[in-house]
Amino acid sequence: MTTDTTPQVATIAPTTTVRHAAPKEPRSFNPGRALAWAFMILVILVSLFPFYWMLRTALSSNNALYAGSHSLLPVQASAGGFERVFGLQTGQEAIDAGGAGQAINFWRYLFNSVVVSTLITVGQVFFSAMAAYAFARLQWKHREKVFAFFLAGLMIPAIFTLLPNFVLIKQLGLVDTLLGIALPTMFMTPFAVFFLRQFFLGISREVEEAALMDGASKVRVFFRLILPMSVAPITTLAILTYIASWNEYFWALMVSYTDKSRVLTVALGVFKSQTPQTGPDWSGLMAATLVAALPMLVLFMLFAKRIVNSIGFSGIK
Amino acid sequence: MATATPTQQQASRRKAPTGYRDDTRLALLFILPALIGFSVFMIWPTLRGIYLSFTKFNLLTPPKFNGLDNYIRMVQDPVFWNALKVTLYYVALNIGLQTVLALVIAVMMQRLTQKTWLRGIVLTPYLVSNVVAAMVFLWILDYQLGIGNTILAGLGFDRLPFLSSDTWVIPTIALINVWRHVGYTALLIFAGLQMIPETVYEAGKIDGASEVRMFRSITIPLLRPILSLVLIITVVGSFQVFDTVAIATRGGPVDSSRVLQFYIYDVAFGRFQFGYASAMSVALLAVLVVITFVQYRLTRAESSDLA
Repeated sequence: MTTDTTPQVATIAPTTTVRHAAPKEPRSFNPGRALAWAFMILVILVSLFPFYWMLRTALSSNNALYAGSHSLLPVQASAGGFERVFGLQTGQEAIDAGGAGQAINFWRYLFNSVVVSTLITVGQVFFSAMAAYAFARLQWKHREKVFAFFLAGLMIPAIFTLLPNFVLIKQLGLVDTLLGIALPTMFMTPFAVFFLRQFFLGISREVEEAALMDGASKVRVFFRLILPMSVAPITTLAILTYIASWNEYFWALMVSYTDKSRVLTVALGVFKSQTPQTGPDWSGLMAATLVAALPMLVLFMLFAKRIVNSIGFSGIK
Repeated sequence: MATATPTQQQASRRKAPTGYRDDTRLALLFILPALIGFSVFMIWPTLRGIYLSFTKFNLLTPPKFNGLDNYIRMVQDPVFWNALKVTLYYVALNIGLQTVLALVIAVMMQRLTQKTWLRGIVLTPYLVSNVVAAMVFLWILDYQLGIGNTILAGLGFDRLPFLSSDTWVIPTIALINVWRHVGYTALLIFAGLQMIPETVYEAGKIDGASEVRMFRSITIPLLRPILSLVLIITVVGSFQVFDTVAIATRGGPVDSSRVLQFYIYDVAFGRFQFGYASAMSVALLAVLVVITFVQYRLTRAESSDLA
């Protein structure tokens, strides 16, 4: 951890807009461009096809999939897959359709995922913002040293802290609880602190000085001035944090044992292991997969522009 | 926020116009939650992980110091060496493919159209979890029923046992993860491309350079610092592959996809040998630090040709 690099720094940029430097130029047909477009269309197809395939399979009846594997449309359209996911079929119906016959507690997992991701996002963003403000604006001894210490944290791969963190969560008696899953990332990540500090540094000091002159406290300045002025980067950070915690698998797998704390990613793995090994319930599995992916896809549709433009570099001059 | 009130009152009483007052108490309050999180869940586990690697620890009884036993066992453990080999093979394939593809996609997005919708579509796979990606490709690549194999068969090729043959399993897992991450990597590179002044390309055009020539002589050299940062980030991420293996193959067939991270998990949670698992984590960390350092030096990430 003594290397002088800070690699993960460069994941999202504080600005929410990307320069569009290229001027419009008259475009004439040329074979190179056509080839390039053909390649891009292929990329688009490969990116999106699996999503269509989830939907197509989920809407097919499972037993018909065997005969209709080449059909691009749902085979014997049926909502059975979704019914199994939401526990609307009886055990026997599910087994007849090729399912596992065990009810899966989808709403519970969805609730768990929402709670865990919300706890992590709210806590991490808020506490990181507070720390970032202290590093950007408050005057105190050893400020730069403590900040450098935080930055060094960027060098520790998440994977390395998982085992010892599990031991700690177990000692705290938080195994198989939602709080246990959320706790390690609820307070900060070095990246969140770094990212918000960069933004706070860019806020004009004059507005702040004026408020202070008017007798506002620094706490008030933070809540009434700095936070409202930083809605854009904070939202960006929050969305990206939410997506990352929603998609986390390894850590959640370690901590959760029962339905009590099972989040969607882990539940999906369990659902997969329950399906009959010979002749899996593909339509049920794909319905579950789609349902697990859907919340983030919806979030993405709502914030696509912001998310897309937020990916860039902030750590390099 | 009631606890902070006295501090602010004191602070505002000593009103200095330039803002050079001492905010130590307020600052302490502000960094306290982050500091707790940082110390308890990052620094402490790092130190503890290193300590545990020198112990015998089954989680139920307190760890017992056993010197270098875990490391000696590791050096002699053929499964560990195999896992390391499999992981390196995976990283090489995954990063090689992903970087080349991402670079091409990024350049095309820049030269063809800079519209957000295109970048949005390319990024879509990144929005779903590795688990979702593993599940859908498990189905698409199913030997008999998967549409992937149906297409192969339709084109007159042999069906491929993608995830159930020891030769194909790692390339397949590498490809699945390329599918999920290539868009994100492409967007990082795209952001880097935006930093290259358009005037350089215009100058190239005036000199009659072709797109390919400009790519070789302008884009690549000027993109080098960005590219090397992207490589460092993605390599570190790639080494931590776990989810896809856990869902799609569970290390099989035999040990052909038993990547290091999955082996560590298995040793810790399957056999409750936390000491040995920690030792392997330390080894992985050491590998990562060395690789990052070497990459950084080799690619001269710190210096830019643009200045």
